Amino acid sequence: MACISPDGKPTVSGARMLRALKAKAGSAEEVSQQAGLPLFRVRSGLRELAQAGLVSQKGEKYQLSAKGGELADSLPA
Amino acid sequence: MEEVKEQAISLPRLGQAAPPFEAVTTQGPLKLEDYKGSWLILFSHPADFTPVCTTEFIAFAEIFPELQKRGVELLGLSVDSVSSHIAWARNVEEKTKVKIPFPIIADLNKEVSTAYGMIHPSQSKTETVRCVFIIDDKQVIRTILYYPLTTGRNMDEILRIIDALQTTDANGVATPANWRPGDKVVIPPPNTQEMAEERLKEGYECVDWYLCQKKL
Repeated sequence: MACISPDGKPTVSGARMLRALKAKAGSAEEVSQQAGLPLFRVRSGLRELAQAGLVSQKGEKYQLSAKGGELADSLPA
Repeated sequence: MEEVKEQAISLPRLGQAAPPFEAVTTQGPLKLEDYKGSWLILFSHPADFTPVCTTEFIAFAEIFPELQKRGVELLGLSVDSVSSHIAWARNVEEKTKVKIPFPIIADLNKEVSTAYGMIHPSQSKTETVRCVFIIDDKQVIRTILYYPLTTGRNMDEILRIIDALQTTDANGVATPANWRPGDKVVIPPPNTQEMAEERLKEGYECVDWYLCQKKL
């Protein structure tokens, strides 16, 4: 997996997406800009984070779930 | 015979929607649709840890910044495993100091390479030949290049094609032989006699009604 390591911890790119969503819910394009990651990686990563129950999607907007919020809070700044 | 016919029919063609895929890559699972809105160069190589492919990967990595300026992503492919791709990319970086910045598909089940006609059995039954698919931001195939196993690709030509296609899209023009950015472009030929006659009055540089050029 590209965003979540086998031990359940977010990878560097996964953490960047979680931090971006912690700052503000948004579309894949907005997360891409905020996280400084290519759009294709963000689309793939958001799919993975959603499958892991860390992110939910409403229309084109993504936001952290309660579980995702806890994980984002635990990340070093 | 039937099998050959079926393969020929399934080959992608210019102007068609690129065949969708979901693939395991060195940057995680990716779908074609993840690239919507960006141009994409999907290219195959025969095998990791081989000499010509290594020179090509270094060359693709070197033009990567120029491609990014043009809104183009790169995606490599071979029938090797992700572990092999990772080991090879690390080896290339260690030996040449060139980091491979783009993902590489591990097409072990040959799903993507079959969908894109990348395996040419008379060249190799197990390896992909050197294919280049240029896919536009609407996921339409705009260019297909095939190179034999023994011939490395020309990065200048790939960049030139991207520039030509994007110039065509932006300006509704065509580009002549050996065109480079800044050169004159070709006005599309007229479809009616009236248009042909009017064409000659429009101030273009015309050899005749069917061959008119202008500076952008």
